[in-house]
Amino acid sequence: MAVATPRWVIAVKVALWAACLAPFALVVLRALEFHGLSLGADPVQELLNVFGKTALNLLLLTLCITPIRRSTGINRLISFRRLFGLFAFFYAVLHFTTYAWLDLGFAWDHVFEDIAKRPYITVGFTALLLLIPLAATSTNRMQRALGRNWVKLHRLVYVIAVLGVVHFWWQVKRDISEPLLYAFLLTVLLGVRLHHAWTLRRKAASQ
Amino acid sequence: MRTKPDTRIKPSDITPEATFFNRRALLKTAVAAGLVPSMMATSDAATIPADGDFNPKPKKWAGSVTDTPNTLKDISTYNNYYEFGTGKGDPAVNAHTLKTSPWSVQVSGEAGKTGTFTLEDILKPHDLEERIYRLRCVEAWSMVIPWVGFPLADLIKRFEPTSQAKYVSFLTLADRNQMPGVRTSVLEWPYREGLTIEEAMHPLTLVTVGVYGKVLPNQNGAPIRIVVPWKYGFKSAKSIVRIHFTDKRPQTSWNMAAPQEYGFYSNVNPKVDHPRWSQASERKLGGGLFAARAPTLMFNGYADQVASLYTGLDLAKNY
Repeated sequence: MAVATPRWVIAVKVALWAACLAPFALVVLRALEFHGLSLGADPVQELLNVFGKTALNLLLLTLCITPIRRSTGINRLISFRRLFGLFAFFYAVLHFTTYAWLDLGFAWDHVFEDIAKRPYITVGFTALLLLIPLAATSTNRMQRALGRNWVKLHRLVYVIAVLGVVHFWWQVKRDISEPLLYAFLLTVLLGVRLHHAWTLRRKAASQ
Repeated sequence: MRTKPDTRIKPSDITPEATFFNRRALLKTAVAAGLVPSMMATSDAATIPADGDFNPKPKKWAGSVTDTPNTLKDISTYNNYYEFGTGKGDPAVNAHTLKTSPWSVQVSGEAGKTGTFTLEDILKPHDLEERIYRLRCVEAWSMVIPWVGFPLADLIKRFEPTSQAKYVSFLTLADRNQMPGVRTSVLEWPYREGLTIEEAMHPLTLVTVGVYGKVLPNQNGAPIRIVVPWKYGFKSAKSIVRIHFTDKRPQTSWNMAAPQEYGFYSNVNPKVDHPRWSQASERKLGGGLFAARAPTLMFNGYADQVASLYTGLDLAKNY
């Protein structure tokens, strides 16, 4: 049997669950116009924005775990990565559902035409599809079963994150400051990994 | 002032600006002295009232659409007015710094009567109407809005455009002290828009000073804007400080920013998609979360009135 999970890890997980569910809870309160809250004049657009950006935020958070773990040596951080990843998937699904259901009323011909014809939607939909195998293989059992291949498969997250940022960038009308910020953060997170890989290779070569 | 446009006018016939204003001043003096009945000087129909309510109340225009208008809250909190920020809620938060009084509009170019006119000068002879128009944003959402204004044609006639006036351009105020967005370079300032003279003279094109019977909120383009209901919203210039008559097609801000996406005409057209998204349907705002999309209508539903302006024009090329 594995060693019992430390208490602080459980406490942090509970807190992270609450934090990850907060954007959804807030949106529900706004939709119900609780205490004068509201989703504004274009509620569908607002839901698309909130769900899409939350998915992107969580995706970037999953990519923060490994660099922080390496630089701090707190290996336990790895137990929070799956939580962020699965919530990223949750919000990506909500984002797509809002689009297909609330915006297009499940007019599937329209949905598929968009996916085929509109590059930013093609890219976003691809990112969502690629998230499915990652979510499906996120359990401990699948991780053990896949062994080394699990790590290879889950490198797809880099592609997904890039597609996510491109999807955001391409639908902006003019003001690209926000997608630019995401692109910058993603570049840093991917750059850190490249740097790490190079250092490892150099070390191996000098030995 | 109430002369008919004479397209045969020669540049030498133009009343010098000084004479033009002198005439008004002379009339005012004459009225004050009791020599001329005041009715002859001005009809005092339209002014911007200090309390926000127009007096007399704007007459209801017979051509209004019968759709239920959006709430004033929706109309005044969901705006594209980049001079006050690029977020839809930014203008409502930031536009309080816009100083709408005193306000004047510079009229220039190919017209008999040019110069700088105070807002009062511009509005005085006109009767205000309430016109309920559809508004279709290029972003594929739409609203229904009860504007208050009068036909731009009536104003343009007063400036006596010459035969060289093929286009009219409109400039929006660009004051970085009053408009925080102007400090960014998201668009080239000042915001500029333009119409052909035929479009500008079309009876649907509205000089707009109010909404819901009251003075325009700043974020909706106070104190004076135009509304062109058959074109995407960005064609309707806000907070206008200059009207220019010209024989050349004027530059327009969104066309300058992304020429492959926003053309000069920008007529609402369900058959010509934005390069990145479909224009075939729209979200009609105000229906809540579960309202179905509606098909977008040619010329935003004003095809009967305006289609003849574009006979023989390839609308896919001239988007």
